Amino acid sequence: MLDPAIIFAGVLNGLLAGGIYVLVAVGLTLIYGVLHIINFAHGSLLMLAMYAVFFLWRLLGIDPYVALPIVIAGSFAFGYVLYRGLIGRLSHGRDENILLITLGLAIVFDNVALLLFTGDSQTIDVAYAGTIVQVGAAFLPLPKIISFLAAIALCGVLGVVMARSQLGKAIRAVARERQGARLVGIDVEHVFAIAYGIGIACLGAAACLLMPTFYVSPTSGHAFVLIAFTTVVLGGMGSFVGAAAGGLIIGITESLGGLLLGEQLGQIGISLIFILILLLRPTGLFGVGR
Amino acid sequence: MAPRPDWVGSMLDVAGLRAGYAPVEILHGIDVSVGAGEIVALLGSNGAGKSTLNNTLSGLQRPFAGRVTFDGTDITGWPSARIVARGLVQVPEGRRVFPNLSVRDNLELGSYRRGGSGRTGNLERVVAIFPRLKERWHQLAGTLSGGEQQMLAIGRGLMSEPRLLILDEPSLGLSPLLVEDMFTLIGRLNADGLAILLVEQNVVQSLAIAHRAYVLENGLITLAGKASELADAPALRKSYLGQ
Repeated sequence: MLDPAIIFAGVLNGLLAGGIYVLVAVGLTLIYGVLHIINFAHGSLLMLAMYAVFFLWRLLGIDPYVALPIVIAGSFAFGYVLYRGLIGRLSHGRDENILLITLGLAIVFDNVALLLFTGDSQTIDVAYAGTIVQVGAAFLPLPKIISFLAAIALCGVLGVVMARSQLGKAIRAVARERQGARLVGIDVEHVFAIAYGIGIACLGAAACLLMPTFYVSPTSGHAFVLIAFTTVVLGGMGSFVGAAAGGLIIGITESLGGLLLGEQLGQIGISLIFILILLLRPTGLFGVGR
Repeated sequence: MAPRPDWVGSMLDVAGLRAGYAPVEILHGIDVSVGAGEIVALLGSNGAGKSTLNNTLSGLQRPFAGRVTFDGTDITGWPSARIVARGLVQVPEGRRVFPNLSVRDNLELGSYRRGGSGRTGNLERVVAIFPRLKERWHQLAGTLSGGEQQMLAIGRGLMSEPRLLILDEPSLGLSPLLVEDMFTLIGRLNADGLAILLVEQNVVQSLAIAHRAYVLENGLITLAGKASELADAPALRKSYLGQ
């Protein structure tokens, strides 16, 4: 039997990793909720954002945490323009076209990154990367604590914006009733692009929070997005609370699975809990049947 | 709000409008006008082209040809947001309320593009007209009854301080008692000065409150005139009342 102290440390470590999953998944679920499509370019855009953080540090010496507002704003603008200029324009108003376009974009982004940045992994080197904080019996890396707290705070802010602000209400209105939205004078294409931009801004934030402890290569977005897909389906497609709960559950499962079964086999825990939850609740934890 | 222009005439002028779903033309050249303070009924059976006309007027569809003038400005082919900003507002058939938002949020979004500065006062006004909505204030619109959703859709339309309100089949799906209330309400809104284009299948009650009326059949206006005269027109009686 494992020492409870080790279990405790495992749960805490998983929880901290889950913060990033939540951030990536919230962006994915927001885009799904409004545009009714899975954004297949999600992983590639996370990778691009990670390279942005890397080059800001390498070329300009900007600390990833300092870069947070810059990268969030830049990612939002990039997502908005990408939707307005390309995705929305080429989709001709059909959701299934958006699916194909984002898939195509993912392939393009991945290969352009490979061409420009080569396949080598890049890391950034910050002084605080190795700092350890003791919480009870657990020893936790400081950057992971920061990333968890920041991720949860950002999701909280986004949740409040979606629930209370005029823009958030307009986004939710467009998600369910496009024609009604047009008839109150909401510029639906603009709102689509904003929602897409917010989803990508979440990736920008995730990239800043990841880079102190993670590496970037042209394929490094994929691992996170696979987990984000699982998270979104687990929590219920389009549900904010679901994405948050799902991300934390997956983080803890992954950590405990690694502890009990070893790093490689531990991933199986994610699949098991995924299957288990979908068996009991086919619409996901917080999903609503349509 | 901008002062009214001295220009006198129709508030809404539709001339030679051709529209549909490309390549199919549904409206084959329509002329319709609504004057300030008027209730104008647009009558027609299913498939006559009523919704195509409404959606073209509201900017959801682009016309193939013809002109739409509102308040002296050519708004032909404008996007819906700009048309709403001008004060031409449609309460659509099937309500189209936001099912995942509360009654209050639905009403607030009514003033998304126009009427934002008067929001508080307008909320009070809508609640005074539909006290029922206040009882449902924090409930999701998707959980309301059909009649309540119709009240909400009209309330949402009023929140944008319309200068001309297009009501598309407001009596559809309501119980006879509620239909009666609905027509009384439309008369009351008009008595307060609001110009209304009432698009209806309910011929008798529409003609009873309208000043003028048009009959739309197969994409063409086949009858037009004062509501009181149309009510006795043999052609109309034959088509709609079976006598």
